[in-house]
This record gives sequence, C-alpha cells and structure tokens, in this order.
Amino acid sequence: MLKRKSISNPWLNTPLVCGALVIGLLLSSTLIGNIFWDTELAATRSAPLNLPPYGFENMRKQEGVIEHPLGTTNSGRDMLAVMLVGTPATMSIGLIAAGIGMLIGIILGFTSGFYGGLWDDFVRLMADTTTTIPALAVLIVVQSLFRVEVNTMAAMIALFAWPGPTRYIRAQVLTMRESGYVKMAKLSGAPERDIMFKEMLPNLIPYLAASFIGNTSGAILTAIGLEVLGLGPTRMPTLGVTIFFSLEAAAILRDMWWWWGLPTLTLILIFMGLLMINVGLDEVSNPRLRKASK
Amino acid sequence: MGGLTLQYALRRFGIFLMTVWLASSVIFIIPRLAPGDPIQSMISRMSESAGYVENSEKIVEGFKERFGLNDPMYVQYGRYIGGLVSLDLGVSLAMFPTPVKEIVGRALPWSIGLMSISLVLYFFIGNLFGALLSWKKTPFFAKIAISASMIFTSIPGILCALILIYLFAFNFDIFPFTGSYERGLEPAWTIEFFSSVIYYGTLPALSVVLVTFGFWTIGMRGMMVTVEGEDYMTFGQAKGLKPFYLLYRYQVRNAILPQITALAFTIGTIVAGQILVEAAFAYRGMGSVIVNAIKDVDYTVIQGTSFILILITATSVLILDLIYPLIDPRITFQKN
Repeated sequence: MLKRKSISNPWLNTPLVCGALVIGLLLSSTLIGNIFWDTELAATRSAPLNLPPYGFENMRKQEGVIEHPLGTTNSGRDMLAVMLVGTPATMSIGLIAAGIGMLIGIILGFTSGFYGGLWDDFVRLMADTTTTIPALAVLIVVQSLFRVEVNTMAAMIALFAWPGPTRYIRAQVLTMRESGYVKMAKLSGAPERDIMFKEMLPNLIPYLAASFIGNTSGAILTAIGLEVLGLGPTRMPTLGVTIFFSLEAAAILRDMWWWWGLPTLTLILIFMGLLMINVGLDEVSNPRLRKASK
Repeated sequence: MGGLTLQYALRRFGIFLMTVWLASSVIFIIPRLAPGDPIQSMISRMSESAGYVENSEKIVEGFKERFGLNDPMYVQYGRYIGGLVSLDLGVSLAMFPTPVKEIVGRALPWSIGLMSISLVLYFFIGNLFGALLSWKKTPFFAKIAISASMIFTSIPGILCALILIYLFAFNFDIFPFTGSYERGLEPAWTIEFFSSVIYYGTLPALSVVLVTFGFWTIGMRGMMVTVEGEDYMTFGQAKGLKPFYLLYRYQVRNAILPQITALAFTIGTIVAGQILVEAAFAYRGMGSVIVNAIKDVDYTVIQGTSFILILITATSVLILDLIYPLIDPRITFQKN
C-alpha cells in the first residue's frame, strides 16, 4: 500500500485532477458553444425581454422558449450567449493578470535573491508595501475615471499580483544559491542567466504553478469586485458585469434567478476548480502533505 | 515587552507610512497621466447620463479654480498629501458643500462594526473547527460536517451574499433584503434599535464569516498537526492530563500564534470583500458610499473612500504586526 503510493505520479492526485476537470470542462464547453451558438445574441435587444429558461415560467407566467434556452435579461440579451462570451472573458482576465504578475515576480525574485545588496532591499520594501495595499481601493479610483477594457484591466490588476511570487522566489533563491549544484555551475563558468533559469527555476515549477493558480483566482476576485460595483469593462458582458446589471434591475426580487444565478454558479465553479487545482499542486510541491492527507 | 523591540516597531511603522504614501500617490498620479482631467471627464460622464449640461465650459472652469487644478502639478501634489495628513478629503462633487470626511464619517462606524464582529466570529469559528478537525476525540460526523462547510472558502463574499439574499430574504422571507436597521427607527442606545441592527446585520456578517472562516480552519489544522508531534504533548499525555485540558492549554495555545500573522496578510482581501458584501446589502457602510459615488460620478468621494480603505487596511496590519511579538515573546525579529 505504502509502496504503491510512493511510486504513483504525484501530479495525478485527486484534487488536481478534479479541479483540472472542472475548469477544463467549463472552458471547453464555452469554446465549443462559441462555435455552435450565435454570440451576437449577447448584445442588448437581440431577444425578447425577461424570458425564463426553457421549461420554466417567470413571474408573469411567460414560458421559456427553445430559441433562448437559458432565458433572457431585461434588456433582451440571450443568457446562453452572455455566458458563452462572459465565461472566457472572465477567465482570461485572471490568466493574463496572473501571467504578468508571475513574470514580474520571476524577474524581481531572481535578481534580488541572486544579487542581493541595495536592489534586494528595494525589492523587499516594495513587495512588503504592495502586499498591504488593497488592490480594489486603488483600482476603483482608476476605473471610475477611465473605464478601461478587459485586457488593460487585467494588466492593472497584475500590478498587485507580483509580491507573492517575488517573495517566495527570492527566499528560495537565497537557499539555492548556497547549494552544491549552483556553486558547481558557477565554478564551471556558466553564465548567470543560465544558472538562474536552467539550474534554479526548474526546482520551483510546482510552486510557481500553484502560485499562478492562486493569483488567477485572486485576479478574478478583484475583477468581479470592480464589475459588481459597476466599474467593469463597458463593451464586454463578463460574468461580474452581468451580475451588476442583474442587481441593478433587482433580479433577485423579480425572481429572475437565471439572470444572477447562472453567472454566480459559473463563478463558484471557477473558484472551486481553481482551489482544487491549488490544493493538488501544493501536494506536488510539498510531499509532507501527501502523507497527511490520506 | 517580549520581542517588541524599538527597531522592529519602527520598521513596521515605516512600512505602514510607505504603504499609505505609495497607494495615495498612485491614486493621485494615475488619473493625471491621461489626457484631460478628472473634472472634465466627470462633466462629460454627467452629460452622457443626464443629457446636455448647460454652461459646461463655465462649470469646468469654476470647478478647476475651486479645486486648484490650474496650479502646477507639484503644488497640487503637495496640497493633496497635506490634505490627507490632516484627513481633509475635500468636498463632495455630487452633494456639493458636504465634506467627504462627513460622508465617510457617517459610514465608517457601520463598516468597522461589521468588520470587528465578523472578525471575532470567523477567527474563533475557524480556529475552533481547525482544532476539532485534528483532535482525535471529535466525532466522525462532526469532522465530515466541518470539511463539507469548507466549500464556502473558495467563494467570494459577494456571491455568498447573493445566495443568502435569495434563500433567506427572498425564498424564506426570514431576514430583510437591504439596509442596516428598520426604517423609521432613530439611531439611539435602545434595545429596540440594537436588536434591529443585529437582525439586519445577520446576513451581511454571515456572508463575510462563511467565506472566511475556512481559511483559519485549514491553517489551524496544519499547525495542530505540527504541534502534536512536540515532546511536551507526549509529556502532557504521560502526566495523565485530561484530553480537553491537553488540547486547549497545550496544543491550541501554541498552534494559534501563526494564525495571527496569517490574519495580517489576509486583512486587505477581507476588507475589500466586505465592501462588496455591504454594496450587495445596501448596508450603510463604506460599500454603499462607494456604490453611490460611482453612480453619481462623485470623484472626490470615490478618492476619499479609497484612501480611507487603504488607511483601514494598513492600520489593521500595523496593529497585528505590533501585537504579535507581545503575544509570542519567543519570536525575536531579526533585522533580515
């Protein structure tokens, strides 16, 4: 029993597989849906107003129609089209922001840990400071003036996503710097860039993956926050923007559960999927957890 | 005084000042990087939503004069920072002569009240559950129930709030949809008013607590497992201490310390999350102030509330950082 466990591939643990399945299914189904469903219907006035999903009745006793299987909103958006457009848009905000944050983190973390000195002090101070700044508070001010679109919003969120990876990488680089194989590489005259990215970086991959996923869900969370306050992108019905419009129109009171409920449910699935992936990746990078979990 | 050295306190305070200064500078600079200015864009936003604004040129000039936007940048920046230091946040644009300080001041007690009550609740519940999860005497079904309740941890508070509103306000009609206390009641130190505040605050607090406690449950469980292997635990057992006494006095007391550091790290996210929950419930806190300011394109109020949010977060972190060495004298904070 114990033997089999130690042989089995750590990347194939249950939470990681489940989480990847949830996110994978969600993404692939929306992408496939984008091929077969007319996403132009996500625009306003492209469908009858306030229809419930097919097979349900709304408060005015209207029945749902098969042309709009997930119902419509009060401005005549087809909910299926909204979900097909909004889900990938929301996911991409998270992925872009986490990607940029990770890139900054790798550069700053490696350089400050490797070279030390004044630059290290500066990076550490900036990281300590930035973690404390609530991203939402700053972005509310910026967004209330400019109303940037999806990609710029992601880039701005990334400005708050780098301290985590930076700190961790720096700490790891400090210990790795003293290890035998790095000293060996230095002695054999390998260029510093190769030492950092060919010798040290591969050790950090499981952690970096976990941190990337954590940052993705953090960035989505910040984006949702802005969107629900009414500061989302104006031209893209992301999931948060859809929730904002539904709250504006008192969708809960009018029992239009499909309008606020579908994006909410999708977001919950996204967050749970990402959390599961994260737990799974933790097990990969920290073998002690593997024993503790089962 | 344990591990609280002057040097440590000074460094923490320095980081606190840096944080507030950096964040408020970003708030100042970014809007000025773009072409046009805040007032101009506010007026154009106004005319977008309200149609043609008469004499908009004159209004813009008047506002510019009033808010000193014609001065050179460094003068504006100096005035801005000076204003923040004396907590003068300017004047609301939408409710014109009302100072922003007054609007924020009215909302702040509600936000801080909700924040402190839910903080006590989720910290207590989370650590209790974490301790129970790792305790051998906890009944099996309780462990299953606790593990199942952790599902909430991954959900943002705002989504949890929507679901709670749907279930308990709309479907079962047990709790009110929105507000902080019954309409028509005058805020006063009476039992009636207090019970109303508690009744209206239940769902907002529940939304914050439900999505947050699991974080401490996970952390606590990990710490409890670590502490369990310590020699003094074995010694306590050998002495024949009662299991509960051993759990509480020996294990929990040691395991709970790192949890306070974790609190300092997450407080920013929790504050931001609570703002959204307040917005969903139209609770009288900072969340509603922000929502209304965004609707009215009230730029000074948005800026002021954001600054206060940054200040609250940074102050909470500072307090936690300073408390920590007092609680755990073993920790000596070395310079590096």
